[in-house]
Amino acid sequence: MTALAPAAVTRPAPSDSLRQRLHEVTVLTRRNLLHIRREPLQLSDVTIQPVLFSLLFVYVFGSGVALPGGGSYKDFALSGLLALNLTTAASGTAVGLATDINTGTIDRFRTLPMWRASMLVGRSFSDILTAVLCLLFVAGTGLAIGWRPDASAGGVVVGFALPLLFAYALTWVTACLGILSADPESSQGLGLVLLFPLAIVSNAMVPTQGMPDVLQAIADWNPVSAVVAASRDQFGNPNPSASLDSWPMQHPLAASLIWSLGIIAVFAPLAATLYTRRTRD
Amino acid sequence: METLMIEAEGLTKRYGETQALGGIDLAVPAGTVLGLLGPNGAGKTTAVRILTTLATPDGGGARIAGHDVVREARQVRRSIGVTAQDTTLDEALTGRQNLRMVAELSGLRRSAAVARTRELLDRFELTYAADRLVKGYSGGMRRRLDLAAGLVTHPPVLFLDEPTTGLDPASRARMWEVIQELIAQGTTLLLTTQYLEEADALADQIVVVNHGRIIASGTASELKAATGGARLEVTLTHPHPGALAALRPLTESQVDVSRDGRRLRASVATGASVATAVIRALDAAGALVDDVVVHPPSLDDVFFALTGASAQAADAAASAEDVGSDQLQGVSR
Repeated sequence: MTALAPAAVTRPAPSDSLRQRLHEVTVLTRRNLLHIRREPLQLSDVTIQPVLFSLLFVYVFGSGVALPGGGSYKDFALSGLLALNLTTAASGTAVGLATDINTGTIDRFRTLPMWRASMLVGRSFSDILTAVLCLLFVAGTGLAIGWRPDASAGGVVVGFALPLLFAYALTWVTACLGILSADPESSQGLGLVLLFPLAIVSNAMVPTQGMPDVLQAIADWNPVSAVVAASRDQFGNPNPSASLDSWPMQHPLAASLIWSLGIIAVFAPLAATLYTRRTRD
Repeated sequence: METLMIEAEGLTKRYGETQALGGIDLAVPAGTVLGLLGPNGAGKTTAVRILTTLATPDGGGARIAGHDVVREARQVRRSIGVTAQDTTLDEALTGRQNLRMVAELSGLRRSAAVARTRELLDRFELTYAADRLVKGYSGGMRRRLDLAAGLVTHPPVLFLDEPTTGLDPASRARMWEVIQELIAQGTTLLLTTQYLEEADALADQIVVVNHGRIIASGTASELKAATGGARLEVTLTHPHPGALAALRPLTESQVDVSRDGRRLRASVATGASVATAVIRALDAAGALVDDVVVHPPSLDDVFFALTGASAQAADAAASAEDVGSDQLQGVSR
């Protein structure tokens, strides 16, 4: 061992500043990204899956779907594929948090004078970055197979931003699942049981007009449908839902914002409470 | 007046049916070392978890550096360094990344965190492995890195939960060196251990816990004095039915007999001719003696006297301890 310098007192001054909290969040976000770099296959659900889903839906399902009001299925499908992939990828948050909570690392964090929620916010930030990657893969595949937006640059940006905001909101829901579940495996299962029907019982991949009445009512009020309809409007792509009577389908932009912000408002504090409760003994 | 850096009064904690802590009081003055000694499941880790804000007590209270562990947990976290029994490192990061992360989360600026990380890696002889994933570290390397993580901010109060359990002799030697350096710097330390040798060598004050309660406390020499007299150990050539009766008038305690009937242990009054008297008495009874040892009580004796462990368990543990203490003595020199 090397000799020790006299105990220098370099203890940091107490700092609860916003800057320090942001710094903590950045550090934890970076940690999660380093984990991904160690195991890039973790990313298959936001890279390989979007390509696969795009090809399957467009060429297998698309050939059998006639859109009310006309239009190409490729143009119709893109916003739906964004929502479908981003929604199912949100289970990653549950898995990540459940993994963190089940290792000793959480005890290290808890003995540090850091903001408790940094852990959760850091997780949501790294997950939104992987969501952006997912979005790029969906858009890239779409462009390659012939999807074209018919809108201003601003419209295109908003058309992408709305599903992304929704994906961010969903990470807070799956964060709750991850905290509540016993281990990473069960959180993954739980996540898919919730997210898959949410993504499918919607206008994402098929027009809802052909669904049985009850299912159609559910689909029209499904937040995913609002997000998809709003995104289609922004892209200037075919949006058969526009002819439907329900309020969210008539006001998809407002509905998708209300849903996303509402979910964040409810589930972010809930996740923080559950996290505190789960990690205290 | 001395300042207490660690204070606890009547700490209780229950997990389901198990009473993990049944009322623990502690008082550790600044710059001193408290050894919390006890077997597995005695409540040592629960006590450390409460004192380091990881668990909330059901009853009683505790203050670290004057801050309440429940109401002022954040201030407490600023004053402490913790090395838990299970390593708290991130396996998927390198040693350097782990320390830098802890440093930045403790409030160090980026450049300070980088410098402090380099310093600690160097001090704990981990520089050569700094950029390897912790997943591939040996047990000793993990403990050193975990301790380094606890020292990032030069905390005035340090908690080490069984810092050498499961380490090989060389790693334990290094760990002792590091702990002794920290003590020399004036760090207030609470150390839990199952090794009596370790508490004796490192701690100023020892608290013996069992089943969640303090069963004895004091300095090593006070504890030894409390068990009274010297310890007598006789090894017979063959088990002898009259040996017990022959020894009884000379001893101050019950005589423990080993399973094979050859080893007899008891407390005796310290006196010049004790060994002579023992040999004469056994000779008169017709027992052949291989070996007689009279020595002041060791912490082992204290511990077994207090926890009421059987002679057989004492034997087994004592032989295990002998191995441990040989290794440790090599270390502390």
